[in-house]
Amino acid sequence: MVAVSVSQRVASDDQLARLLQIGIVLEEVVEARAHRHYQQLDAELDAEVEALLADAAKESADHRERLEALIDGLGVDSVPFDEIESLVDARYGRTRPEDFDDVLYDQLCNEETAYKFYDDLIEAIESSDAAFSIDREELIATLTTIRDEEAEGVREVTEVMERR
Amino acid sequence: MNTADQYLKTIYVVQDSEDGPASTGSVADALGVSPASANEMIGKLEERGLAEHEKYKGVKLTDDGIVRARDALQTYCIIERFLANVLAVEDFQAEARELEAVIDDTVAERLDTIIDRQPECPDCFDPESDACACLEIAPEPVEPEQQ
Repeated sequence: MVAVSVSQRVASDDQLARLLQIGIVLEEVVEARAHRHYQQLDAELDAEVEALLADAAKESADHRERLEALIDGLGVDSVPFDEIESLVDARYGRTRPEDFDDVLYDQLCNEETAYKFYDDLIEAIESSDAAFSIDREELIATLTTIRDEEAEGVREVTEVMERR
Repeated sequence: MNTADQYLKTIYVVQDSEDGPASTGSVADALGVSPASANEMIGKLEERGLAEHEKYKGVKLTDDGIVRARDALQTYCIIERFLANVLAVEDFQAEARELEAVIDDTVAERLDTIIDRQPECPDCFDPESDACACLEIAPEPVEPEQQ
Protein backbone atom coordinates (compact mmCIF):
# COMPACT_ATOMS: atom_id res chain seq x y z
CA MET A 1 0.00 0.00 0.00
CA VAL A 2 1.08 3.54 -0.64
CA ALA A 3 0.99 6.16 2.10
CA VAL A 4 -2.17 8.28 2.11
CA SER A 5 -2.71 11.81 3.23
CA VAL A 6 -4.66 12.33 6.41
CA SER A 7 -4.77 16.11 6.18
CA GLN A 8 -7.97 17.83 5.15
CA ARG A 9 -6.35 20.72 3.34
CA VAL A 10 -6.06 21.92 -0.21
CA ALA A 11 -2.32 22.13 -0.77
CA SER A 12 -1.77 23.18 -4.38
CA ASP A 13 -3.21 24.77 -7.53
CA ASP A 14 -3.55 21.32 -9.10
CA GLN A 15 -5.52 19.94 -6.18
CA LEU A 16 -7.73 23.02 -6.10
CA ALA A 17 -8.35 22.77 -9.85
CA ARG A 18 -9.33 19.11 -9.51
CA LEU A 19 -11.78 19.90 -6.72
CA LEU A 20 -13.31 22.72 -8.77
CA GLN A 21 -13.66 20.27 -11.68
CA ILE A 22 -15.53 17.93 -9.35
CA GLY A 23 -17.78 20.87 -8.42
CA ILE A 24 -18.44 21.45 -12.12
CA VAL A 25 -19.34 17.78 -12.61
CA LEU A 26 -21.72 17.88 -9.62
CA GLU A 27 -23.42 20.93 -11.15
CA GLU A 28 -23.55 19.19 -14.54
CA VAL A 29 -25.16 16.16 -12.94
CA VAL A 30 -27.83 18.41 -11.37
CA GLU A 31 -28.37 20.17 -14.69
CA ALA A 32 -28.58 16.97 -16.74
CA ARG A 33 -30.87 15.22 -14.25
CA ALA A 34 -33.12 18.25 -13.85
CA HIS A 35 -33.37 18.48 -17.64
CA ARG A 36 -34.22 14.81 -17.94
CA HIS A 37 -36.79 14.98 -15.16
CA TYR A 38 -38.26 18.04 -16.79
CA GLN A 39 -38.70 16.14 -20.05
CA GLN A 40 -40.33 13.22 -18.26
CA LEU A 41 -42.86 15.55 -16.67
CA ASP A 42 -44.26 16.36 -20.12
CA ALA A 43 -46.92 13.68 -19.81
CA GLU A 44 -48.36 15.10 -16.63
CA LEU A 45 -47.28 18.66 -16.05
CA ASP A 46 -46.98 19.94 -12.54
CA ALA A 47 -46.30 23.67 -12.55
CA GLU A 48 -44.59 23.81 -9.16
CA VAL A 49 -42.17 20.93 -9.81
CA GLU A 50 -41.57 22.14 -13.34
CA ALA A 51 -40.61 25.61 -12.11
CA LEU A 52 -38.37 24.12 -9.43
CA LEU A 53 -36.47 21.98 -11.93
CA ALA A 54 -36.15 24.81 -14.43
CA ASP A 55 -34.69 27.04 -11.70
CA ALA A 56 -32.35 24.27 -10.54
CA ALA A 57 -30.99 23.74 -14.07
CA LYS A 58 -30.52 27.49 -14.54
CA GLU A 59 -28.78 27.89 -11.19
CA SER A 60 -26.47 24.93 -11.87
CA ALA A 61 -25.49 26.38 -15.24
CA ASP A 62 -24.69 29.67 -13.52
CA HIS A 63 -22.62 27.93 -10.81
CA ARG A 64 -20.80 25.97 -13.48
CA GLU A 65 -19.85 29.17 -15.30
CA ARG A 66 -18.53 30.71 -12.09
CA LEU A 67 -16.46 27.61 -11.33
CA GLU A 68 -15.20 27.56 -14.92
CA ALA A 69 -14.00 31.14 -14.53
CA LEU A 70 -12.06 30.09 -11.42
CA ILE A 71 -10.39 27.11 -13.05
CA ASP A 72 -9.62 29.20 -16.13
CA GLY A 73 -7.56 31.33 -13.80
CA LEU A 74 -5.67 28.20 -12.75
CA GLY A 75 -4.99 27.31 -16.39
CA VAL A 76 -6.97 24.04 -16.31
CA ASP A 77 -9.63 22.82 -18.76
CA SER A 78 -13.24 22.40 -17.73
CA VAL A 79 -15.22 19.17 -18.07
CA PRO A 80 -17.38 19.09 -21.25
CA PHE A 81 -21.07 19.10 -20.36
CA ASP A 82 -22.11 16.77 -23.21
CA GLU A 83 -19.88 14.02 -21.78
CA ILE A 84 -21.51 14.27 -18.37
CA GLU A 85 -24.96 14.46 -19.95
CA SER A 86 -24.35 11.21 -21.84
CA LEU A 87 -23.04 9.51 -18.66
CA VAL A 88 -26.11 10.63 -16.72
CA ASP A 89 -28.34 9.48 -19.58
CA ALA A 90 -26.61 6.10 -19.76
CA ARG A 91 -27.12 5.49 -16.05
CA TYR A 92 -30.56 7.04 -15.91
CA GLY A 93 -31.98 4.72 -18.51
CA ARG A 94 -31.76 2.02 -15.83
CA THR A 95 -33.27 3.93 -12.91
CA ARG A 96 -36.23 6.04 -13.81
CA PRO A 97 -37.93 8.14 -11.13
CA GLU A 98 -41.41 6.76 -10.57
CA ASP A 99 -43.26 9.87 -9.50
CA PHE A 100 -42.93 13.47 -8.39
CA ASP A 101 -41.84 12.45 -4.90
CA ASP A 102 -38.85 10.65 -6.42
CA VAL A 103 -38.03 13.67 -8.52
CA LEU A 104 -38.18 15.98 -5.51
CA TYR A 105 -36.18 13.63 -3.34
CA ASP A 106 -33.51 13.36 -6.03
CA GLN A 107 -33.40 17.14 -6.30
CA LEU A 108 -33.07 17.44 -2.51
CA CYS A 109 -30.10 15.02 -2.56
CA ASN A 110 -28.51 17.05 -5.34
CA GLU A 111 -28.80 20.30 -3.43
CA GLU A 112 -27.68 18.79 -0.12
CA THR A 113 -24.68 17.11 -1.73
CA ALA A 114 -23.62 20.29 -3.49
CA TYR A 115 -23.97 22.25 -0.23
CA LYS A 116 -21.83 19.72 1.64
CA PHE A 117 -19.22 19.71 -1.12
CA TYR A 118 -18.78 23.49 -1.15
CA ASP A 119 -18.85 23.70 2.65
CA ASP A 120 -16.04 21.10 2.93
CA LEU A 121 -14.10 22.75 0.14
CA ILE A 122 -14.26 26.19 1.78
CA GLU A 123 -13.11 24.67 5.08
CA ALA A 124 -10.24 22.84 3.37
CA ILE A 125 -9.12 26.03 1.61
CA GLU A 126 -9.39 28.11 4.77
CA SER A 127 -7.30 25.63 6.76
CA SER A 128 -4.56 25.66 4.11
CA ASP A 129 -1.79 28.23 3.95
CA ALA A 130 -0.97 27.34 0.33
CA ALA A 131 -0.60 30.25 -2.08
CA PHE A 132 -2.88 29.79 -5.08
CA SER A 133 -2.43 31.54 -8.40
CA ILE A 134 -5.94 32.98 -8.16
CA ASP A 135 -7.05 35.49 -5.56
CA ARG A 136 -7.90 33.61 -2.36
CA GLU A 137 -10.52 36.11 -1.17
CA GLU A 138 -12.31 36.04 -4.49
CA LEU A 139 -12.15 32.23 -4.51
CA ILE A 140 -13.68 31.93 -1.04
CA ALA A 141 -16.27 34.64 -1.78
CA THR A 142 -17.39 32.85 -4.97
CA LEU A 143 -17.60 29.46 -3.27
CA THR A 144 -19.45 30.94 -0.29
CA THR A 145 -22.05 32.54 -2.58
CA ILE A 146 -22.54 29.25 -4.41
CA ARG A 147 -22.77 27.31 -1.13
CA ASP A 148 -25.37 29.74 0.23
CA GLU A 149 -27.44 29.37 -2.93
CA GLU A 150 -27.31 25.59 -2.49
CA ALA A 151 -28.54 26.03 1.10
CA GLU A 152 -31.39 28.15 -0.24
CA GLY A 153 -32.11 25.38 -2.79
CA VAL A 154 -32.35 22.79 0.02
CA ARG A 155 -34.82 25.06 1.81
CA GLU A 156 -36.96 25.55 -1.31
CA VAL A 157 -37.16 21.84 -2.14
CA THR A 158 -37.95 20.99 1.49
CA GLU A 159 -40.79 23.52 1.51
CA VAL A 160 -42.30 22.09 -1.67
CA MET A 161 -42.01 18.57 -0.25
CA GLU A 162 -43.66 19.58 3.00
CA ARG A 163 -46.59 21.21 1.19
CA ARG A 164 -47.32 18.11 -0.89
CA MET B 1 -13.83 10.93 4.22
CA ASN B 2 -12.76 11.72 7.78
CA THR B 3 -9.52 10.60 9.41
CA ALA B 4 -11.16 7.75 11.37
CA ASP B 5 -12.54 6.31 8.13
CA GLN B 6 -9.13 6.55 6.45
CA TYR B 7 -7.68 4.55 9.36
CA LEU B 8 -10.46 1.95 9.23
CA LYS B 9 -9.97 1.49 5.49
CA THR B 10 -6.22 1.11 5.94
CA ILE B 11 -6.51 -1.36 8.83
CA TYR B 12 -9.01 -3.38 6.80
CA VAL B 13 -6.67 -3.63 3.81
CA VAL B 14 -3.58 -4.35 5.96
CA GLN B 15 -5.29 -7.02 8.08
CA ASP B 16 -6.56 -8.62 4.90
CA SER B 17 -3.10 -8.72 3.31
CA GLU B 18 -1.43 -9.87 6.56
CA ASP B 19 -4.21 -12.42 7.09
CA GLY B 20 -4.50 -11.50 10.76
CA PRO B 21 -4.27 -8.46 13.02
CA ALA B 22 -2.63 -5.44 11.39
CA SER B 23 0.58 -4.33 13.07
CA THR B 24 0.56 -0.72 14.20
CA GLY B 25 3.79 -0.17 12.24
CA SER B 26 2.23 -1.32 8.96
CA VAL B 27 -0.83 0.87 9.55
CA ALA B 28 1.38 3.88 10.36
CA ASP B 29 3.53 3.23 7.25
CA ALA B 30 0.50 2.89 5.00
CA LEU B 31 -0.92 6.16 6.30
CA GLY B 32 2.41 8.00 6.32
CA VAL B 33 2.04 8.91 10.00
CA SER B 34 4.15 8.21 13.09
CA PRO B 35 3.45 5.03 15.11
CA ALA B 36 2.50 7.29 18.04
CA SER B 37 -0.21 9.01 15.94
CA ALA B 38 -1.43 5.64 14.70
CA ASN B 39 -1.59 4.32 18.27
CA GLU B 40 -3.59 7.33 19.39
CA MET B 41 -6.19 6.93 16.62
CA ILE B 42 -6.37 3.16 17.11
CA GLY B 43 -7.15 3.87 20.79
CA LYS B 44 -10.02 6.13 19.72
CA LEU B 45 -11.35 3.47 17.34
CA GLU B 46 -11.21 0.98 20.21
CA GLU B 47 -13.20 3.34 22.46
CA ARG B 48 -15.86 3.57 19.73
CA GLY B 49 -16.06 -0.21 19.48
CA LEU B 50 -14.71 -0.26 15.92
CA ALA B 51 -11.38 -2.00 16.58
CA GLU B 52 -9.66 -4.24 19.11
CA HIS B 53 -6.00 -3.88 19.90
CA GLU B 54 -3.99 -6.79 21.21
CA LYS B 55 -0.57 -6.10 22.65
CA TYR B 56 2.30 -7.48 20.51
CA LYS B 57 -0.19 -8.69 17.90
CA GLY B 58 -1.74 -5.61 16.40
CA VAL B 59 -5.17 -4.23 15.65
CA LYS B 60 -8.24 -6.04 14.37
CA LEU B 61 -11.52 -4.48 13.28
CA THR B 62 -14.76 -5.43 14.99
CA ASP B 63 -17.82 -6.30 12.86
CA ASP B 64 -18.99 -2.67 13.08
CA GLY B 65 -15.48 -1.54 12.13
CA ILE B 66 -15.48 -3.83 9.10
CA VAL B 67 -18.80 -2.41 7.88
CA ARG B 68 -17.48 1.15 8.10
CA ALA B 69 -14.12 0.19 6.59
CA ARG B 70 -15.81 -1.41 3.59
CA ASP B 71 -17.97 1.71 3.11
CA ALA B 72 -14.81 3.85 3.22
CA LEU B 73 -13.09 1.57 0.72
CA GLN B 74 -16.11 1.86 -1.58
CA THR B 75 -15.94 5.65 -1.34
CA TYR B 76 -12.27 5.45 -2.25
CA CYS B 77 -13.05 3.22 -5.24
CA ILE B 78 -15.70 5.71 -6.41
CA ILE B 79 -13.16 8.54 -6.27
CA GLU B 80 -10.60 6.47 -8.20
CA ARG B 81 -13.09 5.38 -10.84
CA PHE B 82 -14.41 8.89 -11.22
CA LEU B 83 -10.91 10.32 -11.68
CA ALA B 84 -9.84 7.59 -14.10
CA ASN B 85 -12.99 7.26 -16.21
CA VAL B 86 -14.69 10.66 -16.09
CA LEU B 87 -11.79 13.07 -15.72
CA ALA B 88 -9.26 10.78 -17.49
CA VAL B 89 -6.64 11.35 -14.80
CA GLU B 90 -3.57 9.25 -15.53
CA ASP B 91 -2.19 9.02 -12.00
CA PHE B 92 -5.63 8.52 -10.46
CA GLN B 93 -4.30 6.58 -7.44
CA ALA B 94 -2.08 9.45 -6.28
CA GLU B 95 -4.87 12.00 -6.80
CA ALA B 96 -7.44 9.83 -5.04
CA ARG B 97 -5.15 9.64 -2.02
CA GLU B 98 -4.84 13.41 -2.04
CA LEU B 99 -8.54 14.03 -2.46
CA GLU B 100 -10.13 11.37 -0.27
CA ALA B 101 -9.88 13.51 2.87
CA VAL B 102 -11.79 16.35 1.19
CA ILE B 103 -14.51 14.25 -0.52
CA ASP B 104 -17.45 13.43 1.70
CA ASP B 105 -19.37 10.14 1.41
CA THR B 106 -22.51 11.93 0.19
CA VAL B 107 -20.51 13.61 -2.57
CA ALA B 108 -18.97 10.26 -3.53
CA GLU B 109 -22.48 8.74 -3.68
CA ARG B 110 -23.52 11.38 -6.19
CA LEU B 111 -20.39 10.82 -8.28
CA ASP B 112 -21.28 7.13 -8.14
CA THR B 113 -24.41 7.90 -10.20
CA ILE B 114 -22.30 8.51 -13.30
CA ILE B 115 -19.71 5.76 -13.02
CA ASP B 116 -20.03 2.03 -13.58
CA ARG B 117 -18.99 0.32 -10.38
CA GLN B 118 -19.11 -3.46 -10.20
CA PRO B 119 -21.46 -5.20 -7.75
CA GLU B 120 -18.50 -6.94 -6.07
CA CYS B 121 -17.02 -3.58 -4.97
CA PRO B 122 -15.06 -3.22 -2.65
CA ASP B 123 -13.90 -6.87 -2.76
CA CYS B 124 -12.30 -6.15 -6.14
CA PHE B 125 -9.87 -3.69 -4.52
CA ASP B 126 -6.28 -4.72 -5.12
CA PRO B 127 -3.91 -3.29 -2.46
CA GLU B 128 -0.84 -3.98 -4.63
CA SER B 129 -1.96 -1.62 -7.39
CA ASP B 130 -3.95 0.51 -4.92
CA ALA B 131 -6.88 0.30 -7.35
CA CYS B 132 -9.99 -1.64 -8.26
CA ALA B 133 -9.01 -4.76 -10.20
CA CYS B 134 -12.03 -4.32 -12.54
CA LEU B 135 -11.18 -0.73 -13.38
CA GLU B 136 -10.88 -0.27 -17.13
CA ILE B 137 -8.42 2.39 -18.09
CA ALA B 138 -6.99 3.33 -21.43
CA PRO B 139 -3.98 1.05 -22.03
CA GLU B 140 -0.57 2.69 -21.98
CA PRO B 141 0.94 3.05 -25.44
CA VAL B 142 3.32 0.17 -26.09
CA GLU B 143 6.89 1.23 -26.77
CA PRO B 144 8.23 -0.34 -29.96
CA GLU B 145 10.90 -2.92 -29.24
CA GLN B 146 14.46 -1.89 -29.94
CA GLN B 147 15.99 -3.90 -32.74
